[in-house]
Amino acid sequence: MSATSPPPSPADGRRMELQVPRRSRWEEFWRLFRRNRLAVGGMIIFILFFGVATAGLFLTAGTQPIFDPALVRLQEKLRPPLARPHVDSLGAQEVPPLGVYLLGTDELGRDVFARMLQGAWVSLTVGFVAVGIAVFIGIFMGGMAGYFGQEFIRIGHLLWAVAVIAGAALLFSGIVAVGLLVGAGGVAGLVHNLTPKRISGRTQRSWGGAVLAQNAMRVDTLIMRFVDIMLCFPSFFLILTVVALLPPSIYNIMIVIGLTSWMGAARFVRAEFLALREQDFVAAARALGLGNFRIIFRHMMPNAIAPVLVSATIGIATAILTEAGLSFLGFGVPPPHATWGNILSDGRQFIFDAPWLTFIPGLAILIVVLAFNLFGDGLRDVLNPKLRERHA
Amino acid sequence: MTFLTRSDILLAVQDLSVHFRSEDQVARAVEGVSFDVQRQETVCLVGESGCGKTVSALTILGLIPQPPGEIAGGRILFDGRNLLDCREDEMQKIRGNRIAMVFQEPLTSLNPVFTIGDQIAEALETHADLTSAQRVERCVQLLDDVGIPSPRERLADYPHQLSGGQRQRVMIAMALACHPELVIADEPTTALDVTVQAQILRLFRALQQSHAMAVLYITHDLGVVSVIADRVYVMYAGIIVEQGLRAHIFDAARHPYTQDLLEALPTRSKRGRRLYSIPGAVPNPAAKPPGCPFHPRCRYAIPTCGQQPPGMCDYGDGHRARCPVLFDGGPSHWGQETLTGKV
Amino acid sequence: MIAFIARSSVQKIVTLFFVSIVSFLIIHLAPGQPSQVDPLNPKFTPEMVARYRQAFHLDQPLYTQYLYFYRDLFTGKTVSWKDNRSVLAKIWERFLKSLPLFIVGTILTWTISFPIGIRSAIARGSAFDQTTTFCAYLLISIPGFFFAYILIIFVVQTFQVPVIGMQTFGLNQSSVTAAVMDRIWHLLLPSVLGATGGIAVLSRYVRSQMLEVESQDYVRTARAKGLPAEQVHYRHALRNALLPFVTMFGLILPGLIGGSVIIESIFSWPGIGRMAYEAILARDYPVILTVNFVSAVLVLGGTFVSDVLYLLVDPRIRL
Repeated sequence: MSATSPPPSPADGRRMELQVPRRSRWEEFWRLFRRNRLAVGGMIIFILFFGVATAGLFLTAGTQPIFDPALVRLQEKLRPPLARPHVDSLGAQEVPPLGVYLLGTDELGRDVFARMLQGAWVSLTVGFVAVGIAVFIGIFMGGMAGYFGQEFIRIGHLLWAVAVIAGAALLFSGIVAVGLLVGAGGVAGLVHNLTPKRISGRTQRSWGGAVLAQNAMRVDTLIMRFVDIMLCFPSFFLILTVVALLPPSIYNIMIVIGLTSWMGAARFVRAEFLALREQDFVAAARALGLGNFRIIFRHMMPNAIAPVLVSATIGIATAILTEAGLSFLGFGVPPPHATWGNILSDGRQFIFDAPWLTFIPGLAILIVVLAFNLFGDGLRDVLNPKLRERHA
Repeated sequence: MTFLTRSDILLAVQDLSVHFRSEDQVARAVEGVSFDVQRQETVCLVGESGCGKTVSALTILGLIPQPPGEIAGGRILFDGRNLLDCREDEMQKIRGNRIAMVFQEPLTSLNPVFTIGDQIAEALETHADLTSAQRVERCVQLLDDVGIPSPRERLADYPHQLSGGQRQRVMIAMALACHPELVIADEPTTALDVTVQAQILRLFRALQQSHAMAVLYITHDLGVVSVIADRVYVMYAGIIVEQGLRAHIFDAARHPYTQDLLEALPTRSKRGRRLYSIPGAVPNPAAKPPGCPFHPRCRYAIPTCGQQPPGMCDYGDGHRARCPVLFDGGPSHWGQETLTGKV
Repeated sequence: MIAFIARSSVQKIVTLFFVSIVSFLIIHLAPGQPSQVDPLNPKFTPEMVARYRQAFHLDQPLYTQYLYFYRDLFTGKTVSWKDNRSVLAKIWERFLKSLPLFIVGTILTWTISFPIGIRSAIARGSAFDQTTTFCAYLLISIPGFFFAYILIIFVVQTFQVPVIGMQTFGLNQSSVTAAVMDRIWHLLLPSVLGATGGIAVLSRYVRSQMLEVESQDYVRTARAKGLPAEQVHYRHALRNALLPFVTMFGLILPGLIGGSVIIESIFSWPGIGRMAYEAILARDYPVILTVNFVSAVLVLGGTFVSDVLYLLVDPRIRL
């Protein structure tokens, strides 16, 4: 609905409607955001990094990449940045495309520039996928807790859920037939329990049925206790443990980082949803008879997404740092992929002979993570309604 | 009206302008406002929210955050001395001591981690030379004055243990601690229940008599004004549009805005009739209309209203209104920004 | 008061139960059958899996495994695969070695970040505020080990002192002062490094808390009373801004365990983080799982302590 104007009063046509200058949401956002110079700088680097990472994907991929990050030239090892290659000792394909080792070479004579290009994409993917997983779980959990939080879980639900989990466990431990049976029974029970009953006739409950229908706990309690449990584990060490147990793979790292860092997003979404639930427009939507999912996704999510965006931006920065830390300890993304983290941790043995192997990836990580953090905090300042007040 | 000697005027705000500057715009919250408060009288500053009344009050105490706020001009004479020229340490000696303030939200205006005794005694500690035993006695006395039962036991209470009305009483006790000559009350009853509002208003009247102090009472509620005011200033969009004794305003309002406000006031005589509401909204302080700021909402507006700022028109006996259209004198009052020097 | 503590402890005990289940379930991430050994996973060989199955009773049903796991842990039967010593005893011993690092690091963190955060909040937008804000961002964003290497090179080249390890090897014959100085040099750098991240985060947090409180109505009331600026800032504002930090006291210890892995590895400090890392490298699974469990329990204990502390300082919570 558009802003309502007061009904025109026929008595006096001279009254004018007062026009307060209004800006669109984006203009307002940009006006506020622009004030924070650090955040604008962060955003520019953020965009640049995207460009470099995408370019890196195209320039280093394929069988005949323009910049080959895996090309070993042992005779050219540890050349400093901007060194010219000894063309006579190299094959035609081994000469770097720009005719110069822009960022030097490493201990195997690989072009650090090519490796950094490839690493930019890998680091970005690790960050994005990990945070994507975390945000997805976080929104789901937080949304459930915030919106359906006051609903009760019945003992019956719990039992059926246990059956589902037990079925899955049996399936995985090889007892397929029994597992399928138990799991399917659990799912059926849950579906039966959760679908709204249309028959309003008097139902006769047995004693057992009454026990199953007892309220056990609130959805909110269940989810938030789970968040508490997850928060008990020191995240870096937990990630390290899990990564150490699983086979080395870039996907495992993304998934593990994602699975251990969704709690913040869940808390934010829950808090937003709890506040939004009380607002009039949600009550109005409910009064109009809109379905829960329409209310959640059309009316509440757009209002709750801001803090999630902020924590996601900062989360990507954290994920890149975590990956670097894992690489340092030898549990990072395994060899065929170059990441900034493993270039940095490989380079540390040569810190005196070839300082660029440490400083180039180190500074690159520093700058990108810094940019993400500054950008994220700038976003938070702008999106925080408390700080948006006129004279605050 | 009785003749006033100069010393009867306790506070004189002259031509005060306060602006708030943000990146790309200036909000002229207060523009050339003048009013005065005499000793022991109650003056009401009335207007809708956002019209600049709270800003004016905070400026008197030097509590406007600068930046973004900036005092663009004018003088604030308190007992003959310009407060705008005072240094911060001189202002500290005046705040809470000679001028005290009661704020709108008793719920958030008391510090949650200190007992109310601590918070009342603090002003005494800063401004008065008392022993700690004397301070306790004075606090008990003050709480008793503002009508808090068993005051001695209450001293050790924390704000959250009191009701909203009691907290506002504590705020008032705090303001009275050092026998101020002027108390500025910024909508002290707005956040309270109606019954509690009436109690607090009565308390204000009684205290004003017994403590012989002047009160500058800021409110948007004409109902409150009719109970408490000796004189009234009506503000709209940063300027004063009408001023006069309470009777002038309520019985013979001369400015269309004041008239509209009174018409919007629910009274018993208007029972059963549709309540009047002023069309439109208060202008954004950063984008006020030219000429008279009220003209887009005014039922008497003529083209000149949108071109020239209206001057003050004198109806005698201290009653003035800033609307030349309704004044018999007519066009001669256009363009006169202030009324200083013209009576 | 007592009701609150009782409720809180019940809640913590329930959480503890689930924490114990999660810590236990981590075991099952590793392949449980020799046939499941992934040839791509060099960490597991069929022999390893056999030993693993035996140590964690993987032949038993799930709930028996769980009971065995904690029975063995608390009776000292869970032993390190490396030296057959009880895991709990090992952890305790290494914890004591880490303690000086924790203490110095914590003292540095709290004594430095509070003045910085408070000053930048009071002088918001000043050169001091902008500088510290940027430095904080810088410290948050730098990869820890990269920063460590830069600092080590700087200190070693500038002061000519060795910094790796707890003390210089073979210094036993030298004088007491030399030995003490040597210890201090070795302690200083890892503590400073451990503290930097904390200082950056905490000072930002202090600043935002302080800003939040400074804009409250009661601070305006305090100023309207004519109190001097210091009294307004340090009595009225700070007291309120400090409340949330009380709850952080309980979380100092567990926070440091998680963060010490990298720093202790770099400095070869024989503390708990280094032990955990070595255990991971040596596939010493009993130690790895126990460290996870112990640190989760510490966090839980820490939150309990925080709850109680908060109860003591905030007059609004009196039950």
